[in-house]
Amino acid sequence: MTEEVVILIAEDDAGHFALIKKNLWRSCIANEILQFKDGQEILDFLLCEGDGPTRKSNTKYVLLLDIRMPKIDGREVLSRMKDDPELRKLPVFMLTTTDEEAEVENCYDLGCSFYIVKPSDYNKFMEAVGNLGMFLSLHGVSVPTIA
Amino acid sequence: MRSDVVILTAEDDDGHFLLIKKNLRREGISNEIIRFSNGLELWDFLNQEGDGPFRKENKSYLLLLDIRMPKIDGIEVLRRIKADPLLKKIPVIMITTTGNSEDVDLCHNLGCSMYVVKPVEYESFVEAIRKVGMFLSIVEMPQIRQAV
Repeated sequence: MTEEVVILIAEDDAGHFALIKKNLWRSCIANEILQFKDGQEILDFLLCEGDGPTRKSNTKYVLLLDIRMPKIDGREVLSRMKDDPELRKLPVFMLTTTDEEAEVENCYDLGCSFYIVKPSDYNKFMEAVGNLGMFLSLHGVSVPTIA
Repeated sequence: MRSDVVILTAEDDDGHFLLIKKNLRREGISNEIIRFSNGLELWDFLNQEGDGPFRKENKSYLLLLDIRMPKIDGIEVLRRIKADPLLKKIPVIMITTTGNSEDVDLCHNLGCSMYVVKPVEYESFVEAIRKVGMFLSIVEMPQIRQAV
């Protein structure tokens, strides 16, 4: 993935966010990282609504999306994105503590790219984010431009 | 990724297929790997048509899909999978030599999970597949259930 791709992280847990960011950087991800604390913030950003920061046009993004979040949950964010003719192209990685099979199937049905369960063990969590980072850092990983 | 997930690879190049398989194994991916040499074979397997083999019900699959293949190309297979109410859940990673932005855009629009351009250089190709393998080890895959 080239350095111009912006990594969006929707994660209400400050500790988890710090861990994810640190371990993405450790695996050579130098990309810009933006945090959103609930589903409303990320949707406003993507749909260019509300008073907060909004996305730029003609930019490449990937989204790491938690499910359990205040205001609007990750499932609803995913569903709204995949219903949008432009935002549907944006790759969404679910990154969540929920490992129920029905939830996994539901998110793939809605169109997530990958579903990753956050390991409860600290070291395993770091390792998982490291693996994700190394994958994203591959030069060949190609992300579409969102108009 | 659970050990019962079946990895499908549609890849007409023997050398590339062996490289992919060998390096997934090196990363400890011991899952069953089924190879298809063209898009039609793969589609028949998924759609349970032709002489077989066929996919099984209530199984989890992951597909590594090349674009340039004989009979039906990878983009058409992707289009058919993502238009099917059952098969659409299968995560599809495009692994291909062409990296033009139109194909990247189209495949993401059709619903691929990720688009990975094969590095031309041998060492980089090996490294890329190993990192894909490490990544796959942390991902959950959905079951493809029979419609009720």
